[in-house]
Amino acid sequence: MSIPYAHPELLVETDWVFNNLNDPGIRIIESDEDPLLYDLGHIPGSVKVDWFTTLQDPLRRDFLGKAEFEKLCSSLGISNDTTAIFYGDKSNWFAVYALWLFQYYGHMKSKIMNGGRAKWDLEKHPWTKEVPHYSATKYTAREPDHSIRALREDVFTQLKQSKPLVDVRSPKEFSGELLHMPNYPQEGAQRGGHIPGAVNIPWSQAVNETDSTFKSVDELKSLYESRGITPNKEIIAYCRIGERSSHTWFVLKYLLGYPNVRNYDGSWTEWGNLVNAPIEK
Amino acid sequence: MDSAIPKALKEIIDDFSWCEGQEKLELLVQYAESLPPLPEWLQDDQSKLVKVEECMTPVFVQAERQDGGLIFHFEVPAESPLVRGYAALMKQGLDHATPEEILKVPGDFFYSMGLQQVLSHQRLNGIAAILAHMKQLAVKEMASK
Repeated sequence: MSIPYAHPELLVETDWVFNNLNDPGIRIIESDEDPLLYDLGHIPGSVKVDWFTTLQDPLRRDFLGKAEFEKLCSSLGISNDTTAIFYGDKSNWFAVYALWLFQYYGHMKSKIMNGGRAKWDLEKHPWTKEVPHYSATKYTAREPDHSIRALREDVFTQLKQSKPLVDVRSPKEFSGELLHMPNYPQEGAQRGGHIPGAVNIPWSQAVNETDSTFKSVDELKSLYESRGITPNKEIIAYCRIGERSSHTWFVLKYLLGYPNVRNYDGSWTEWGNLVNAPIEK
Repeated sequence: MDSAIPKALKEIIDDFSWCEGQEKLELLVQYAESLPPLPEWLQDDQSKLVKVEECMTPVFVQAERQDGGLIFHFEVPAESPLVRGYAALMKQGLDHATPEEILKVPGDFFYSMGLQQVLSHQRLNGIAAILAHMKQLAVKEMASK
C-alpha cells in the first residue's frame, strides 16, 4: 500500500467525475493550453475558462481582479458552495493554474481531475460539443490570499535570504539555450537563463507519462527532497508565465503537504526582462 | 524583397478580420476540423513529426510541385487543434502559390487577422513558425530547380 497524498481531497478521479456528471453541487471546468480543444469536445456539462481571454486582465499585466473574478464565477453558474473541478490538456497545466487563481480568491472547494483530458480520453469517456448554460449566481470572493503568490519583491527577498527557488521549466529554458532556437521567436524575455541559485526540477517529472496522473508520494518525495526542496523550507516556484509552476505549487502544497509554497506568476517573462535583476546561466 | 499576399490567403485574412472576438476562434475550429490527412505516399515518411520543446507542437510539413505551384501536406496531432487550424488555413491560403510568391508573404501577416485579440503571443508563434517552415520548403524547391 503506498502512502496517501497529504491532501487527497484536492483530487478526484475520472471515474468519479463520470459517475457524478449530473451533481448540481459541482461545476466541471476545462482550462487548456490549446484554446480550441473545448470547442471540439469537452466533458458533458463542463464550462470553459481560457488563460488569455478569461483569466487575464485585458489591460494590466495581471490576472483578474476580485470584481472580475466574481463576475466570471457568476457567469459560469458557480456559487460560493459549488465544488469546482478543473481539468485540461498537457497534464493539467492550465487546469492547475485556474485552481491556483480560484484559491487566491478564496474558493477552497476546488479540485483537480487527476489525469485531465488525456486520461478521460484513454478511458473512452464521452466528449460533447454541446455548450451548457447555467443561471447566473451571486458570488462573493474573499480578499486575495497573498500566501500563495510571490511578486518580484518577494523573489528578491527570497534571494537575499538564500531561500530556495524551483525553476520548473525544461532544462534548455533553464540554461538559457532555448532563446536561440531557429524559427521559434521566443516572445517575452530579453535574457535567457535562470534566477541565481534556483534548482531546475521540470514540472513534468511530477506526472506519469502514460496517463498524465500525478506520481506517487514516494516518487515525488525523492524527486524534490533529493534536490533540497524539503517541507521545512519556504519555497517559491516559477516558470515562464506561471502556469507550469502552479502545477509544481499544487504538487508541493497539496500532494506532499509543504506548508509554505508560493507561485511566482510573473516568472521568466518578468524576471528575464527586469533591468538590473541578477541572472545565472 | 517586396511583400505581397496571394489572393487565397488574402481572402482568409479578410474573413478573420471581419469576425469579432470569439467568432475568430470558431472560425479556427472550422479550419482545425478541415485539415485533410496526409496523402498515402507520405504516411510512412521516416522524418515524420519533428519533436520540439514543451509549449510547441510537433508539426510535419512536406511540399510537392504541381504545375509550377506548391501543394503542402501537414500532419499535426489531434490534441493540438489550434496548430491544426493554423496548418489548414495556411494550406488553403498558399496551396498552388509559387515558391517566389510564398517567400513574399510578410512574416507578420497574421496581425491583420486580429488573432492577437483572442490569442496570447506565445500561441501566435505557431502560425509564424508554420509560415517559416513553408518558406524553407519554398527555398529548397527553388534551389532544386
